[in-house]
Amino acid sequence: MKTILRFVVALSSAFAVLPAAAALNVFACEPEWGALAQELGGDKVSVYSATTALQDAHRIEARPSLIARIRSADLLVCSGSELEIGWIPLLLTQSGNSKVQLGNPGYFEASQYVVKLEIPKVIDRSLGDLHPGGNPHVHTDPRNIARIAQALGERMAQIDPANADGYRSRGKSFLERWQAATARWEQQAAPLKGVPIVVYHRDFSYFINWSGMREAGSLEPKPGIPPTPSHLAELVDRMKNQPAKVIVYSPYNSPQAAEFLSERTKIPSVMLPFTVGGTDKAKDLFGLFDDTIARLLASVK
Amino acid sequence: MYRKATMALAVAAALGLSRAATAQTQDELKALREQVRQLDRRVTDAEQAAIQASSRPASESAMNPAVSVILNGIYSNLSQDPNAFRINGFVPTLGEVGPGVRGLSLGESELALAANIDHHFRGTLIASISPENGIGVEEGYIQTLSLSYGFTVKAGRFFSGVGYQNQIHAHAWDFTDAPLANKVFLGNQLNEDGMQLKWVAPTPFYWDVGVEAGRGRQFPAGPAGGRNKNGVSSGNVFTHVGGDFGTGTAWQTGVSYLSTSPQDRTFDDPAGTTNTFTGQSRLWVLDGILKWAPNFNPTYTNFKLQGEYFRRKEDGDLTSGTAAQTGGFVSVQSGWYLQGVYQFVPMWRVGYRYDRLNSGNTSFSAPLNAADFPILAAYNPTKHTVMVDWSPSEFSRIRLQAASDKSRSDVTDNQIFLQYIVSLGAHGAHKF
Repeated sequence: MKTILRFVVALSSAFAVLPAAAALNVFACEPEWGALAQELGGDKVSVYSATTALQDAHRIEARPSLIARIRSADLLVCSGSELEIGWIPLLLTQSGNSKVQLGNPGYFEASQYVVKLEIPKVIDRSLGDLHPGGNPHVHTDPRNIARIAQALGERMAQIDPANADGYRSRGKSFLERWQAATARWEQQAAPLKGVPIVVYHRDFSYFINWSGMREAGSLEPKPGIPPTPSHLAELVDRMKNQPAKVIVYSPYNSPQAAEFLSERTKIPSVMLPFTVGGTDKAKDLFGLFDDTIARLLASVK
Repeated sequence: MYRKATMALAVAAALGLSRAATAQTQDELKALREQVRQLDRRVTDAEQAAIQASSRPASESAMNPAVSVILNGIYSNLSQDPNAFRINGFVPTLGEVGPGVRGLSLGESELALAANIDHHFRGTLIASISPENGIGVEEGYIQTLSLSYGFTVKAGRFFSGVGYQNQIHAHAWDFTDAPLANKVFLGNQLNEDGMQLKWVAPTPFYWDVGVEAGRGRQFPAGPAGGRNKNGVSSGNVFTHVGGDFGTGTAWQTGVSYLSTSPQDRTFDDPAGTTNTFTGQSRLWVLDGILKWAPNFNPTYTNFKLQGEYFRRKEDGDLTSGTAAQTGGFVSVQSGWYLQGVYQFVPMWRVGYRYDRLNSGNTSFSAPLNAADFPILAAYNPTKHTVMVDWSPSEFSRIRLQAASDKSRSDVTDNQIFLQYIVSLGAHGAHKF
């Protein structure tokens, strides 16, 4: 009897430390969607971001702590396009939470709401880790954030109708600020038009498309395959004939390959925040674009 | 398409403006406004169409199940005859516990099909194709998707949630073979026909509780294939807790209890006689796993520590094939292993495993005579294993493993394996 009592006490204390039950529990696969849900939800949501800017969303362990979080989620916000295919399906089947399963309102894939780039014409694993649905890193184009914000705001209103008006008014205010900021970024990024850029992984394709920059190569020989010496040597040669202006990488990439190429070619290399939390200045989505553009402008001067 | 439409709108707007300046009548202005409005709508429609065109439905190969194939091949160099393999001190399990054949061989190939059946269920079939051309069902189960409050139910044939390693498919193991403890206590790997109910608690840390009921088709239940009876012949309960330490270490620990009542479970003594056991078999397993990666980013370096402790009590009647006599039999035996795997640069990992079994206390009551059961004579097997593997992508791995295996009381088997494991097709996801 005593043991049972102790068990019950332990159980109830475990429940007590849960996030406030009133808030909508949002499980964001990546920090950018966590930040967006926070912008739209304010104090009506409790946001948990499964990954940080220092992690590669392609390669995440389906850790017990993530199962525990997804178990209590009301809304799952992921990039989709198979970015999280190595871990989200596993978390979903183990969670015992029907709300966030594929096909239910609690399952939200951001990339479904924008025009995707780089949809492969040929799909074969010998070409690297391709995403058949197109490039999943859609958040690097500010126009995509606006579209997704609209869709996500509607979804939050649908799931949590009691606070629907709040989500709509916050969404409206966010979009107004975002449109103003986008117009500012468009002006600021004007000098980047046509500038050739070398990326690490093709995770800046949407930014490049938006800013009018030109991708001149990637450090990975194929998507998802780490840089190899032979590929880097080839890049050094290529840069001699057609030099790029800047080499970029993300916080979750090792800087070694970018530094190697930078040393050999005298092309500056710079780490871009990639997502919210990637640099000190990228505290939110606004800071993310401010800092990305500032860092690029400083490098290509 | 979207770009083109935007440009058309811009041109139209520019034209419209210049013409508007000279427009004399209200009608003309009205017509222009209408034109711009229509263009605007066309742009919006085009944009929507582009989004839809670029968004494939997020299902697995349209409506076909996700298909994947695992291939593996191995070169084995064994200093002792694998046909004479045994683990002294323990009841033989009739499972695939031996080190395989010498020389070059094809390992078991796996064909996996999985998909959501509807909004309630998900189905998985994993068939194993043995190099001898036999096809077996390794796992074939359905699983619920629509239960809430942390509940999931699985039904069919699946790897039992007893311990940690047992649930993991052989192709995802960190070493070529299973630990000795899994070999003697679970017949290498226990896949049960039955049902599993699992509950994940609504706690901020991970906590699950599960119960399994099965037909007892494999060791430690018996006879092979399961008993001819209604109801349940094998029961397992387990619980795990897990979480994160800081920003780089994830952990999980669990305990499970497997209880079966074998009836006429047979084993062959090396002397050639067949003995039969009827009674109770109870197995406790304590497991723990720790995974470390800087900032939880395992791409460059990571470390994995895994260990399990097994303790089994068997109590019942044993019939000796030699003396054709039946008497009481009680054994309390244990075993454990601890292994560490370290990825020191991208693609390359090294690992070490230590195995130890303790044959513990085995007692026979009259008229049985311990001398009639030479394989059960007290002996504590040990094994050291080292490995290095190279994984050029998530889908392929080449491994070199060396082991010094003292499973047999009289000889040490020095084993070298060179193995490839590859996966084709759908992107797999591996359990923690």
